[in-house]
Amino acid sequence: NVVPTPVKISLINMLSETGLQVIEATSFVSPKWVPQMADHTEVMQGINKLPGISYPVLTPNLKGFQAAVAAGAKEVSIFGAASERFTQKNINCSIEESLERFEEVMKAAREANIPVRGYVSCVLGCPYEGKISAAKVAEVSKKMYSMGCYEISLGDTIGVGTPGSMKEMLAVVMKEVPVGALAVHCHDTYGQALANILVALQMGVSVVDASVAGLGGCPYAQGASGNVATEDLVYMLNGLGIHTGVDLQKLMDTGTFICNALNRKTNSKVSQASCRL
Amino acid sequence: QEPQASGLPEYIKIVEVGPRDGLQNEKVIVPTDTKIELINQLSKTGLPAIEVTSFVSSKWVPQMADHEEVMRGIERHPGVQYPVLTPNLQGFHSAIAAGATEVSVFGAASESFSKMNINCSIEESIERFEEVIKSARNMNIPVRGYVSCALGCPYEGNIVPDKVAEVSKRLYSMGCYEISLGDTIGVGTPGSMRKMLEAVMKEIPLTALAVHCHDTYGQALANILTAIQMGVAVVDSSVAGLGGCPYAKGATGNVATEDVIYMLNGLGINTGVNLRAVMEAGNFICTALNKKTNSKVAQASFSTGTIN
Repeated sequence: NVVPTPVKISLINMLSETGLQVIEATSFVSPKWVPQMADHTEVMQGINKLPGISYPVLTPNLKGFQAAVAAGAKEVSIFGAASERFTQKNINCSIEESLERFEEVMKAAREANIPVRGYVSCVLGCPYEGKISAAKVAEVSKKMYSMGCYEISLGDTIGVGTPGSMKEMLAVVMKEVPVGALAVHCHDTYGQALANILVALQMGVSVVDASVAGLGGCPYAQGASGNVATEDLVYMLNGLGIHTGVDLQKLMDTGTFICNALNRKTNSKVSQASCRL
Repeated sequence: QEPQASGLPEYIKIVEVGPRDGLQNEKVIVPTDTKIELINQLSKTGLPAIEVTSFVSSKWVPQMADHEEVMRGIERHPGVQYPVLTPNLQGFHSAIAAGATEVSVFGAASESFSKMNINCSIEESIERFEEVIKSARNMNIPVRGYVSCALGCPYEGNIVPDKVAEVSKRLYSMGCYEISLGDTIGVGTPGSMRKMLEAVMKEIPLTALAVHCHDTYGQALANILTAIQMGVAVVDSSVAGLGGCPYAKGATGNVATEDVIYMLNGLGINTGVNLRAVMEAGNFICTALNKKTNSKVAQASFSTGTIN
C-alpha cells in the first residue's frame, strides 16, 4: 500500500526527534520502478532537517542524483551487489556495468562535495545464486570504496546469514576496506539479525542499519519479515552498555505511529512486549 | 567437549521444551493424542532430550492434567531422554510410577517471583525440592534444576547475578546434574547474560550449565550466542517457539528450536538434529493449535519452499 506523503513526512520528523543521527529519507528512482517512492521530491522538501542529522537518499543514476541535489539532498547512496544474477534480475545489467553507471554519480557527487554511501547486496547469500563467496563481497566493496564511497553497508539481503557466515565474510572484507568504513545491514527473515549484528560489533563494526518497527518485508519470501527492528537493536545495544544517543521510548512511539498509519502490527518484539507490561 | 578453533563448543545439546513449557503457556488445551503425536514426531528428529510433561496438580496447570497418559503413551526412543517436571514429592512418585526416568525441579532467583508463583520463599521451595532430589538420588534418577528469573523478574525488575549463582549452587550441590538458567521474561541482553554467567561459572562447572532463553524482546539468539561463546553447551528451546509469555500479553515466549538449529548449523556446531524434521513437527503442532509458527526459519522456509 502506498503511504501518503504527509505520513512519510511525519514519520521522518518523529524519527528526527529520537536521537537518531542518520535517517534514509527516500529514493530518487523512477516511479515506474518504485511507485512507493514517487513523491521523493515532496518528501525531501517537506521534512524538517534538524542540524546534526543526515538525511541520505538513494540515487540509482545521474538523473536521480541531480534531482536529489535540486531537492536539497546533502548525502546520497548507491548500491551494488555481490551476485551477478541478482544484479541482472534487479537492474538488468552486470555488476561491472552497474558500477560504471555509478561512476558518473560519484564524479558529480565529488564535484558537489556530497558524501556517497555504498550498499552491497547479497553479502551472505543470494536468492538466485545461493552461496556467495566472501572474496566477491570484498572485491565489490573495495571497488566501491576506492570509487569514493565513504562507507560501505554490507547487506544480508535475504537474511540467510548466521554468525558463522557473517564472521567469515567480514574477516575477508576487512582485509580490503578499513573497519571504520564498514556498516552492516541485516535482515531478520530467519531470525538471525541480532546475533549477526552482535558478531559484527565484536569484530569492530560500529555502524548498523535498522528499520523502525521492522518495516519492510522480504520480496523473496512472501509473508516473511525483512529489516531488523530498530527498537530491538537499540534494546540490545543499551543492554551492552553501548552508546547510541537514541531514546528507545520515543523510537517505540514512532513505531506505534507508523504501524497505526499502515494499519499493521509491529515487527518489533520490544514494542510488542513493552506495551503490555 | 573440546572447543573448536573458533572457541565455540563442537557439539551442543538441545533440550526441547515445547511439549511442556511450550504447551503449558498456550491458551488452547491440546488433546492428549496430539501431545503424544507431537512428542513422537520430535523423537525422530535427532533431539537428544524432550521435556514431556509436568506432574503438577491439574488445579494449577490444566494443560498438564493428562501427564500420566502422555508419559505412558509416548514412544521411548533409545538415546533420547524424556525428563518431566516434578514440583513436589507426590508428583515425583507419580512420575516414577508412570515410567519417568529423569525429573526436573525449579527454583527462582527472585523472592517475589517465588512467592507469587508457588506461594513460598526461595528457601522453602528449595527445602521442598530437597525431598524430591533425595528420593531421586536413591533411585538413581537424574535431576535437572531450573533457575527462573536469571536475567530479570516481572516483579523485582533487575536481578543480581550473585543471587542467581547462590540459588544455582544450592540446587547443584543438592544433586542436580545440570542447571538451566532461565531468562523467564526475556528481558536479558548479551550484556546481562555475560555478567550473570560470569558469576554463576564461579560456582558451577561449565559442563553443568544450560541456558533457557525467552525471545519476548527478540534477544534470545544473541543471548544464546553469548552463552555459547562463553562455553555453555546445552540450550533449551521450543519447537515453533510454542509458549507465550504470561507476563506480557500477546508477546512471545520460548525461542524457536528451528531458529536455534539454523544458527548453530551456520556456526558449524553439531547438534545431531534434523532441521527439516523439526520444522515438520512444528508445522504439525501449529496446524493442530490453529496458530502461526513463531519460528522465523519455518516462516521463511515455507514461504520460499526451500530449506537453506
